[in-house]
Amino acid sequence: MTDAAVVPKKRMSPRKRAALVRYIQYAVLVLVIVALALVADWGEIRRAFADLDIASQLFPDVILIALKNTIFYTACGFAFGLALGLVLALMRLSSVGPYRWISTGIIELFRGLPALVVFLVLGLGLSLAFGVQPSNLTIVTLALGLVGGAYMAETIRAGIQAVPKGQYEAARTLGMTHTRAMVTIVIPQAFRIILPPLTNELILLTKDSSLVYILGLSLDEYELTAFGREAMNANANLTPMVTIALCYLLITVPLSIVVRRMEAKSGRAR
Amino acid sequence: MTQTETTPAADRGAAVIDVQNLHKYFGDNEVLKGIDFHIARGEVVCVIGPSGSGKSTLLRCVNLLEEPTSGTILVDGDEITDPDADVDALRARIGMVFQQFNLFPHMTVLRNLTVAQEKVLKRGKAESLEIARTNLEKVGLSDKADAYPAHLSGGQQQRVAIARALSMNPDMMLFDEPTSALDPELVGDVLAVMKDLAAEGMTMMVVTHEMSFAREVADKVVFMDGGVIVEEGLPADVLGNPQHERTQEFLARVL
Repeated sequence: MTDAAVVPKKRMSPRKRAALVRYIQYAVLVLVIVALALVADWGEIRRAFADLDIASQLFPDVILIALKNTIFYTACGFAFGLALGLVLALMRLSSVGPYRWISTGIIELFRGLPALVVFLVLGLGLSLAFGVQPSNLTIVTLALGLVGGAYMAETIRAGIQAVPKGQYEAARTLGMTHTRAMVTIVIPQAFRIILPPLTNELILLTKDSSLVYILGLSLDEYELTAFGREAMNANANLTPMVTIALCYLLITVPLSIVVRRMEAKSGRAR
Repeated sequence: MTQTETTPAADRGAAVIDVQNLHKYFGDNEVLKGIDFHIARGEVVCVIGPSGSGKSTLLRCVNLLEEPTSGTILVDGDEITDPDADVDALRARIGMVFQQFNLFPHMTVLRNLTVAQEKVLKRGKAESLEIARTNLEKVGLSDKADAYPAHLSGGQQQRVAIARALSMNPDMMLFDEPTSALDPELVGDVLAVMKDLAAEGMTMMVVTHEMSFAREVADKVVFMDGGVIVEEGLPADVLGNPQHERTQEFLARVL
């Protein structure tokens, strides 16, 4: 600032100007937060969102039934989706034309449809088509698997293509068959590459598992969202929603941490 | 299968690799224009030539990493270009070393050496481990058995790649510019391992730019340019007294 005093006409240096702009941004941010805090009705917020009496009634069912079911539905859907995605990806990369067309068709179809539509069509359609009503778990697994698998197929395909061609050639040179080379050498490396996007997909499926409510569930089939919605209506209060929101974070945040660890570990090996 | 008989004689009967009238197109581009080429058991053949001359493609045709467009390749008398040939069994008998090493990065050095022994040759764990350790010692890297490839220098990686190929007990070895991706000070170690191999009587086909290696170790030097073999013969003749104008030009540039 002494410079400015000595040479009053000179404009501020770009770096000083950037620092000033940054301080202004911080100041505005603080002002907005303070204003919101002053305007908000904290008593009402606490009653509507954080009623401890209502929250305590939710336990232990919110954990033992709702959280458990969310994790279970997601795990089933992800497992099926991963297997389906791998098969679709390999078909997509196949030299056999019909395999490529079929896989492209399935991927485009289920990537393009809203998950809700898939749930509905499977929930109503399977019984009409085959005359047997599959369990809700079957429908969740199929619906989440088809939607997730379509996305994962493209991710897996990109991962396989990202493994250097020399890896496949080296494996073949050692006498491995095409299948052996893919299973032992290429696919394990592909999965290392695509671990972050696959985790993303798992987190998306965790949230999509809430769509199962459309099937009509019995009490012990409730997952987090259905459970929270029911409790919200019964109490005319939003506290259950806050509770289940925290439960979702209980799943997704540790997942992110685990994957970051795995990435760091495989990063060392690469 | 013994490599003790060293017959530098180039008669067709003793040829382990016999390439006849080989053509290879990439699209409309004819990369190999009728190659006749053979290697006798125990022979070390160095293939030299400018980049784009087709020498790597020729090498890669020998174990069918590239599919020849036409022509015949016999390995140990078996016609591998025959559609009925068992290519996987053939490749297991031919070791190959790449310019870019191509070690498996998700496996330890030891696992790199044992995985194909177990999965392809169906050897037991103990046996593959023993063979792997023997070959690691041979290339002087016993202490790196549990390291991952990323933790090794380029020269060490290439020596592991050689040990990996040797662990399959191949009848012959193909080297595709094995030292071209290495820092100059690391080249010597890899060439030393290759010299040892040659001295043991291994049949070797080496695509290389290392003229001193070719002069010292090769039984035969082949000079390729523009998809044809321009000149071949003893290293002293091809490198010391080239007859063909294109060979002279090439050597003048690289030596």
